[in-house]
Amino acid sequence: MSTNVISGNGNNDVKLPIYMDNHATTRTDPRVVEEMLPYFTEKFGNAASRNHEFGWVAEQAVEQARERIAKLIGATSKEIIFTSGATESNNLAIKGVAEMYKEKGNHIITQAIEHKAVLDTCKRLEKYGFRVTYLPVQKDGRIDLDDLKRAMDDKTILVTIMTANNEIGALQPIREIGALCHERGVLFHTDAVQAIGKVPFNVIQDNVDLASLTAHKLYGPKGVGALYVRRKNPRVQLVAQIDGGGHERGMRSGTLNVPGIVGFGKACALASEGMAEEAVKLAALRDRLKDAIMGQLDEVYINGSVEHRLPGNLNISFAYVEGESLLMGINDIAVSSGSACTSATLEPSYVLKGLGAGDDLAHSSIRFGIGRFNTQAEVDYVAARVIETVKRLRELSPLYEMAKEGIDLTKVQWAAEPTH
Amino acid sequence: MAYSDKVLDHYSNPRNVGSLDKNSTEVGTGLVGAPECGDVMKLQIKVNPATNIIEDAKFKTFGCGSAIASSSLATEWVKGKTVDEALTIRNTDIVKELSLPPVKIHCSVLAEDAIRAAIGDWKKKNGQHSQAQPQAQPVEQRA
Repeated sequence: MSTNVISGNGNNDVKLPIYMDNHATTRTDPRVVEEMLPYFTEKFGNAASRNHEFGWVAEQAVEQARERIAKLIGATSKEIIFTSGATESNNLAIKGVAEMYKEKGNHIITQAIEHKAVLDTCKRLEKYGFRVTYLPVQKDGRIDLDDLKRAMDDKTILVTIMTANNEIGALQPIREIGALCHERGVLFHTDAVQAIGKVPFNVIQDNVDLASLTAHKLYGPKGVGALYVRRKNPRVQLVAQIDGGGHERGMRSGTLNVPGIVGFGKACALASEGMAEEAVKLAALRDRLKDAIMGQLDEVYINGSVEHRLPGNLNISFAYVEGESLLMGINDIAVSSGSACTSATLEPSYVLKGLGAGDDLAHSSIRFGIGRFNTQAEVDYVAARVIETVKRLRELSPLYEMAKEGIDLTKVQWAAEPTH
Repeated sequence: MAYSDKVLDHYSNPRNVGSLDKNSTEVGTGLVGAPECGDVMKLQIKVNPATNIIEDAKFKTFGCGSAIASSSLATEWVKGKTVDEALTIRNTDIVKELSLPPVKIHCSVLAEDAIRAAIGDWKKKNGQHSQAQPQAQPVEQRA
């Protein structure tokens, strides 16, 4: 990738391209990499090797990481099961609970804007005879607790609701959800990957029984994740989904990714130390970006709750401009769009559709994910590029012209019927 | 996704952006696509009544880079042609010229539809029979 430095205003030089897609993944923090490196070379042992020094060193490193991860979420180290990432954690939690508790009931509750790793896992369980309720979300991207109460019945064994959404950053009321589950004796799993290290999350206070985590969303390496499995009040049991050597207390066989786990632990330790301060910084940068854009452009809409939101997330629809063409115009900036043209399925974002935003606004959406390594100069550069590009594309947009002429676009009978 | 140089060129320097007087009898307007689908093209032609030659063409497009490029190219191609010649432009020609990948073929289809809709509108205004392409109409104007 070629990079070049351009001069911004004053001394604020920014290096291009700018990465502002931190919900997709994050750069591994150099302090994390440094701590991982010896575990590829001198300390390369298998943590399951019980009778020599190499194994003991690796095992000790894994246990330290387990403690650091547990500490970040208010758990104990025995409650942390290492996996290959959050997709596996979600699969293990949902399928593992379904299989273990199927005599008790066959009903699972989730919601419409979960990650596909949860939705598709639930869909597979439906094929095996489980009943799944997909709760709708309100306009702000959060579920209505009354909907959850109504959905629960005596066959409900599991509620799985994410902590923070990956597209719109909306924070679900997990503490209330967990309390409701515990009242009814139902297990509560949450996909917490976007929230961990970004906002306070505590498995005891938040009444969480199972939580999916991953390292690469919080400045750790890819390919390593964890599942928190509560050990008491209640003690959660799972049926393992991978058979083998019985690692991770029988819940997840497979040789541990020691360097990855060490990195995951370091990333959590850094988050424990710096999260509060970092959240303030990210929210300030996010608000600066939002204010700049909204101050210069009319008809831009924020998707999802403003109040209950990840600090680094901004998801905006720019009316009358198609998302992919906007991405093309700001091709020195890495962000994402909910436009159909950017998805493999040619369908606009189901998350934005789930908010009832209308397909046209889904097509016009951009997700900005601000992270640890973004600077104010970058935010200013991004704001300026977005504003200039949206203005240019609106000059090109027949919809903008029609709207300015006073035509109500919702009353136009379009020639092409939506194909979906 | 990697775009061809020609798509990038039309996206960065779109030809013939703008609007013609849609009430003029010399102007035909085509408006195709739908916002929910993520693509709307407006293509207008100005026809010399004596020669039937398209003397000017303008477009505005809401859509991805390939949609913008397809409609920009369409305006370039129709200019200087008679309306009957313009009707021979096929979406496959646009696909070839812009090297559009399979997922973007619908953009070229929409551009062909826009040409046909604009010519259909012009023919209707000028009392000529045509198999007009269905196109979008503001409801208020149809009453």
